[in-house]
Amino acid sequence: MNNTLVEHDVLARTLGEAMARGAEFAEVFVEDRTTSSAMLDQRRVEQLSSGHDRGAGIRVLVGDTTGFAHTADLTESGLKAAARAAAAVARGGGGGVREIALGALRDNPSHATILPGDVDKARKIELMNRADDAARSEGSSITQVQVALGDSTRQFIVANSDGLFAGDHQVRTRFNVSCIAKGDTGMQTGYRPIAGTRGFELLSADAVADAARGAARQAITKLDARPAPSGDLPVVLAGGSGGILFHEACGHGLEADAILKQASVYAGKVGQLVASPLVTLVDDGTVEGEWGYLAIDDEGRPGARNVLIENGVLTEYMWDYLRSRKEGRVSSGNGRRQSYQHLPMVRMTNTYLLEGDSDADEIVAQTPYGVYVAQLGGGQVNTATGDFVFGMTAAFMIEDGKITAPLRDCNLIGNGPDVLQRVDAVASDFSMTPGTCGKNGQSVPVGTGQATMRLTGVTIGGAAA
Amino acid sequence: MSQLLEHAQRILESARGDEEIEVYVASGVDTEVQSYQGEVEELTTATSNGFGIRILNDGAGGARVGTAWAGSLDDEAIVNALREARDNATFATEDEFVAFARPDGVGAVSLTLSDDAVASTPLEEKIAMAIELERLVRGGDTRIRQVDSANYSDYVAEAAIASTTGIRASYARTGAYVSVEAIANDGGDDQTGWGLSAGRAPHELDVEKAAADAIRRATRMLGAVKPKSFKCTAVFDPRTAATLFSIIGGALSGEAVVRGRSFFANRVGEMVATPSFTLLDDPTDARHFGASVYDGEGLACRRNVLIEKGQLRGFVYDTVSARRAGTASTGSAVRGGIAGSPSAGCRALQLAPGHVDQAEILRRVGNGVFVESLIGVHSGVNPVSGDFSVGVTGLMIRDGQLAEPVREITVASTLQRMLLDVVQVGNDLEWLPGAAAGQSVAIDNIAVSGT
Repeated sequence: MNNTLVEHDVLARTLGEAMARGAEFAEVFVEDRTTSSAMLDQRRVEQLSSGHDRGAGIRVLVGDTTGFAHTADLTESGLKAAARAAAAVARGGGGGVREIALGALRDNPSHATILPGDVDKARKIELMNRADDAARSEGSSITQVQVALGDSTRQFIVANSDGLFAGDHQVRTRFNVSCIAKGDTGMQTGYRPIAGTRGFELLSADAVADAARGAARQAITKLDARPAPSGDLPVVLAGGSGGILFHEACGHGLEADAILKQASVYAGKVGQLVASPLVTLVDDGTVEGEWGYLAIDDEGRPGARNVLIENGVLTEYMWDYLRSRKEGRVSSGNGRRQSYQHLPMVRMTNTYLLEGDSDADEIVAQTPYGVYVAQLGGGQVNTATGDFVFGMTAAFMIEDGKITAPLRDCNLIGNGPDVLQRVDAVASDFSMTPGTCGKNGQSVPVGTGQATMRLTGVTIGGAAA
Repeated sequence: MSQLLEHAQRILESARGDEEIEVYVASGVDTEVQSYQGEVEELTTATSNGFGIRILNDGAGGARVGTAWAGSLDDEAIVNALREARDNATFATEDEFVAFARPDGVGAVSLTLSDDAVASTPLEEKIAMAIELERLVRGGDTRIRQVDSANYSDYVAEAAIASTTGIRASYARTGAYVSVEAIANDGGDDQTGWGLSAGRAPHELDVEKAAADAIRRATRMLGAVKPKSFKCTAVFDPRTAATLFSIIGGALSGEAVVRGRSFFANRVGEMVATPSFTLLDDPTDARHFGASVYDGEGLACRRNVLIEKGQLRGFVYDTVSARRAGTASTGSAVRGGIAGSPSAGCRALQLAPGHVDQAEILRRVGNGVFVESLIGVHSGVNPVSGDFSVGVTGLMIRDGQLAEPVREITVASTLQRMLLDVVQVGNDLEWLPGAAAGQSVAIDNIAVSGT
């Protein structure tokens, strides 16, 4: 596939127009995205939808001011009009249209082997039905099964006044199963996602059936759940979705936009011990196939593996172009945006804790009393105070070193710098989970990962007295 | 007739004899200004338009619908979308309840929801409001250490819906907002507070109030501690109460009910809340920021009483969920822009006001916790089971007065129980952006988790 959204010379002239009023930097981001989605609800195939969006976002920097405009009109006149709108923040004379020299496009292919457009819709429906069957085979208490399948093919090019000219093709596929089980105590939910920066090869018949059975078992198990306790208890997080803890507890606080505004509890702490020595945290856009994978970020910078915390010591923040420019350094490949209609900002990619050498079963066995969290469902943080929450969607009591009664859903709450000190065991059963990260109204796909680990104490927000 | 409606009707002309078509066309103009350290940090100006098409085929076992959308209005995009939607429809399951809305005789109310001042106000004035907002917060209290974003934003949105089943609807809406987050510090930990003012046009905004709100909220959290876990009565302020009402509104969607995803299913007529609790969804009240003349399928919006004096009266429905439930649409289809299919939802919730103000509620409650901000609503509330557990910052209530600030706690119960445990409803109704207005409410039997 070629990346010919807008011709080289047109981009160069658009950048020249954007720089005409005295800007210091200009960037054109052109994106074309095709999506499809379908839902199976109670065995009915519905909401089959196809979408297409194409346009350009133009950014102009003048001093500490960013001007931004976007347009769906990709003709030269449409792009130049958007360039002038973005450049309106530059009030100086400027000296007229500038010549911008762009090199040859450095394009990146998608690694998908089966492209979404090549997949028969009947095959997609067959997979959704298979998941439905698998979920219902877990027990008659499963009363509702909903399966959602979606894919997107996103190609973009980004050109800027420094001469950068790069492109990427990103194919993403996701498959979610959610189940409801009904019992004497009411209804309970179970949920499993499969998602990757991959084509349809991501979805084997076995993988979707496994996910469906997992979602069903989770809902059925929770029918016997009792209210979660309230107060401070040891917590063992199962490998995989527990990575959301680090995404919230420190990931957002290590994003350079919050750092430069002194709006993060981690500002000014590079080189300091901020976590237990067991914590080595990495943000890594290069994990091919993962949900947060990117060959280049949305500013044209190659994705990178960045060690944020090493053996408990804060080593580095995450950077985009704008914030690294202010600090006279280079971007760490974390400049991302939801679409051409959004400004890029510092975002995580795949954020994970390196595994340790403990044994997962041993960690549970050595916990006399606490909570075992098998799945986390999301979270939120206030980076300025460090207070964060994350929700548990599958959890159990640990009593005498054994996993016992299931617990109803609730949030856990903690303070980032405090919780990071409380990691006292990390196992070697590493795995990752896909998620959607929201920040300032923009959503981007991210991965989180970790091995089974224990926190000596965290506040469980249950309803039990 | 609006230009968008003409456009939508032109697309309808492509309908074949054996199909129905529904077209939704939308356009918008957005402006966003962010001030930082007295300068414009970001300025975004944008126009956008697009459409969503649904095509319906009737078969022996019912109808099948396929959908397609595009973020432009050019002819090629329309031709492609028609083709895709038709293809999608062939893969859907025939369903006797699937149908497009048809005019139901309910007349649309006349509401003024747009103000030309959004478009006519010079950009310089909008920029000045964001800068003034930041200046007021920074200068308003010596303990304000940082303002990490002070924003002005506005929009002009237009939409039209037309269908071969006789729907013709178009509407325009404008909105303007200022919002600011302040960070306060007096030597200990940082605390944050968020202030907001919303209107339909820039001249309706109260920049001073937004600034004062952010300062007050940030500074009164200074010195906050994490208390021990306890059970108590919680008083939600209008903002956090509005979030709570939105969650309850989600479970009152006919869509959630017919899909077996609401704890209110099969309970119409039952007492589900305390007798002082009357909740309605009324998009015809122009004061509500969720007000609308038409719903997402082009039917007239109407006033729907959902819970009356504690008794569950009914749900909000769009066409399909209503047919599945054996009833008629309540004019409550909502759609998430051009890419979204209509579904049933509340858009303008309000709780019938009580007779007491917030100070009187605090006095009557005596001791408890005052909830000023929520965190983790999406991760801690399960709208199917009703489990509720959210992170909170706020203040203790002691002897009927606000006392010391508390942080890093959760409040938990179940939504079912919370509705029955509402012990006070305030008269301090506040119109807020979003699907729910808010006022202070006191709810009993809340588990507070701390140390």
